[in-house]
Amino acid sequence: MDQSNLTYRIFPLGDSVITIDFGNNINESLNDEVITRFNELQISPVPGMIEAVPAYSSLTIYYDAVKLRNKVSSGQTVYEWMQQMLTERLQIPPNESEKNNRLFKIPVCYNLNFAPDIKTLADSKNLSVEEVIQLHTSGTYKVYMLGFLPGFAYMGEVNEKMIIPRKPQPVNVEQGSVGIAGKQTGIYPLASPGGWQIVGRTPLKLFDAAKEEPTLFKIGDKIHFFPITENDFYEIQNSFLLQDQYWNAE
Amino acid sequence: MKIIKAGIQDTVQDLGRYGYQHLGINPGGVMDRFSAAMANLLIGNNINKAVIELHFPASVFMFQKPALIAISGADFAPTINGENIPINHPVLINKNSILQFHKIVKGARAYIAVGGGFNVPAWLHSASTHLKAKTGGYHGSALQKEDEIQYGNVDVVSSILGEKEFFVLPWKADDKWGDKKDGEILVLPGNEWSRLTEAAKESFTMTSFVITNQSDRMGYRLNNLPLPVITREEIISSGVSFGTVQLLPDGKLIVLMADHQTTGGYPRIAHVISVHHSKLAQMKAGDKIHFLLTDQQTAENLFIKQQQHLQHLRNACKFRLEEFLCAQH
Repeated sequence: MDQSNLTYRIFPLGDSVITIDFGNNINESLNDEVITRFNELQISPVPGMIEAVPAYSSLTIYYDAVKLRNKVSSGQTVYEWMQQMLTERLQIPPNESEKNNRLFKIPVCYNLNFAPDIKTLADSKNLSVEEVIQLHTSGTYKVYMLGFLPGFAYMGEVNEKMIIPRKPQPVNVEQGSVGIAGKQTGIYPLASPGGWQIVGRTPLKLFDAAKEEPTLFKIGDKIHFFPITENDFYEIQNSFLLQDQYWNAE
Repeated sequence: MKIIKAGIQDTVQDLGRYGYQHLGINPGGVMDRFSAAMANLLIGNNINKAVIELHFPASVFMFQKPALIAISGADFAPTINGENIPINHPVLINKNSILQFHKIVKGARAYIAVGGGFNVPAWLHSASTHLKAKTGGYHGSALQKEDEIQYGNVDVVSSILGEKEFFVLPWKADDKWGDKKDGEILVLPGNEWSRLTEAAKESFTMTSFVITNQSDRMGYRLNNLPLPVITREEIISSGVSFGTVQLLPDGKLIVLMADHQTTGGYPRIAHVISVHHSKLAQMKAGDKIHFLLTDQQTAENLFIKQQQHLQHLRNACKFRLEEFLCAQH
């Protein structure tokens, strides 16, 4: 992104957390900026940083206010010092970090027993269930951020013809459920209450506490969905070999 | 240590699992960091050692070998073999003694620390139980009847105790530190504070709000009258943290606590200052919160003072403990 066009705002999130907001927007280039800056902070954190949390169009940084107190001149708050540090950082063009070229092809069973909301979605959009599946599997989606649950990837954007708001009240959602909410699509790595419209289910494990990197996806990944039968679903679900192929992807 | 009877939700926690929020893994950890730190420091532990966080009714524990413990935070009227023991004191406990909790005297969450710490495997560098992911802490779950948790050895405990069932060491920590008037919670304005109407801003700081029973380790819902806003412009999901006060679409408030999600899309009206997280953590359904606005400088100064207080406590306890143990030799 051209630095001269980069606009952002920095604000506090309490007394030990600070947010850089690049624009209240779901936008791929803003999100690329977030990812680049996040990667940069992972490699060379600002002093006192505890961790950085990327979202669609913002980057939130947790810091150790006690540790930083000594660096700060009197009359200045740790927050102001941090704001200044980050502003200086943002003035330097980001290092051209390695681009994330990972593309995952995710199997999804769209059978009605795994897709409690696909019929409603199809009906409300004057589509057939087949057309919904066709539209959902024809897109390439970007992982804009992870949040909500361990390994829950917020992906976008879905075809305009199938945009549907989330449910007013959350219901119980099964592990692996693939949902749509607004322009977003995502997969529940764990069973959980949730409000997204469920159109299918993947047999893949997206969260595995035993792995060193316990989530399958990371920000910036690209995702394709492809339809599978119920038999395929159980075969993949029960095959360590097939599951591991995904986890070992570089 | 064996669980004779399970409490409603007792979990192993430490000060939290940081560094993984970018994967959607929230930090968790104890609700009341100050009290958990105090329990550890009282017995000479590192501040971040795993503790057990208790809610009432709490579990009943049997110590299978001698232990040095401290209980801080809520006062649930603890007894050893039926005899009262004080909180905020180090206590030596002999083997086969039973620790029980009888009623809520004050507070909502108590912490047990044990000399040498509880031995649970770390998950992503933290002993905190992640209930949703069913991992971390003790087998990823709240403590159940018959569970057994191993803990460290403190060599001289059994020789000091002899035949005694327990012994209360003669120093205590001051848990009144930094207390403001009950229910007064200092907040910093959030990024979407300006979305509130003038009347809503006034009502936010002039009214007390009752904590509803829809409150847990994830967050406290308040029973405020709906607060009107000047815009309902959508907010794209972005960072939230412990203490963030969000305005829900129905105009009610929720205060995010230790098990909050990593990001959220509701307006962030305010943020409870770090020092008052502990106070919040000791409040329960039915208690009243009165928010008062403060500024960044005040919040930071209070936080730094609190940490210095813990540092002093740590040094004082280490000194007292060493002195005491030496005198017993």
